[in-house]
Amino acid sequence: MIALQAMVIGLLLLAGTAAALARDPFRQMIMSGLNGMLLIALFVVFQAPDVALSAMAASAVASPVMIAIALAKVHAHERDER
Amino acid sequence: MSPRGRQILFLVAAGGVGALLVWGLAGLPSFGQFDGVYADFLLRHAVMERHATNVVMAVTFDYRGLDTMGEEFILFAAVMGVALLLREASSEHGYPEDAERADAVHALGLFVVPVTVVLGLWLVAHGHLTPGGGFQGGVVLAAAAVLLYLAGGYRAYRAATPASLLDAAESTGAGGFVAVGLAGLALGSAFLHNVLPYGRIGFVDSSGTIAVIDSLVGLAVAAAFVLLFTEFLEELIAEYAESRDT
Repeated sequence: MIALQAMVIGLLLLAGTAAALARDPFRQMIMSGLNGMLLIALFVVFQAPDVALSAMAASAVASPVMIAIALAKVHAHERDER
Repeated sequence: MSPRGRQILFLVAAGGVGALLVWGLAGLPSFGQFDGVYADFLLRHAVMERHATNVVMAVTFDYRGLDTMGEEFILFAAVMGVALLLREASSEHGYPEDAERADAVHALGLFVVPVTVVLGLWLVAHGHLTPGGGFQGGVVLAAAAVLLYLAGGYRAYRAATPASLLDAAESTGAGGFVAVGLAGLALGSAFLHNVLPYGRIGFVDSSGTIAVIDSLVGLAVAAAFVLLFTEFLEELIAEYAESRDT
């Protein structure tokens, strides 16, 4: 279990850093979505299934979808300007 | 400020925040050793007192039910605000032409959407028994609607989630929570007191009002998230329609 916990924490560090370093907003969204999925895994390996399910709601479903829609709207707007 | 100055400022600030985090982490009780009196009491007595095997749910929907009602209404107010702000712009553009979906995407949707719906319903229905509950199950149900949009397109999505149904579900869920609370008052006890029979431990019909509130919250949350998604999607469609017309 400890090896699993260490592995998930390591992956989270990588995904979080990647999300912060990504310059393109779309890549940022993908990486922060991945970060959210790993967060769910983190809660599972630390035996907090209730929190894992809540994290699933917020970080894997709600926030990437909202960011995706916002990005699409910005793109449509930019195309409009040109 | 010069790039170099900004870098120095960042390093100093990041070092400070990092040190504070490590300091805070060192002061936490060691894993699984939290000694809160309330937690100990609930772990010992909640299952026998309320016949709910998921103590988390017994806390959120019974012992601290009023807090959860506040949370429920924060979500309700937020979604209503979004709907009020965005709704007037939509609906005059009609159905957009959907991007052509590949057969593989359709087939995957046929499989994934029903499974997600069942998972959401299961999470809502068993909230008082196993981890899960109305909030989590409700969002999973809303995710099923988003998947339906991704696999089946806008028409299928709107056919499955008509606005009148969403509005009714949203207000029934939020209002029902208050009604259950008032039932406690009407029967001569406290607001949100658990007035229904508790049933047999471990069965779906156990835990009295906890299971009822759980289902109502599931309904409200699912409707709230689908409403949010619909309003933002309509905004996007209006934007595309404008850029196409001009």
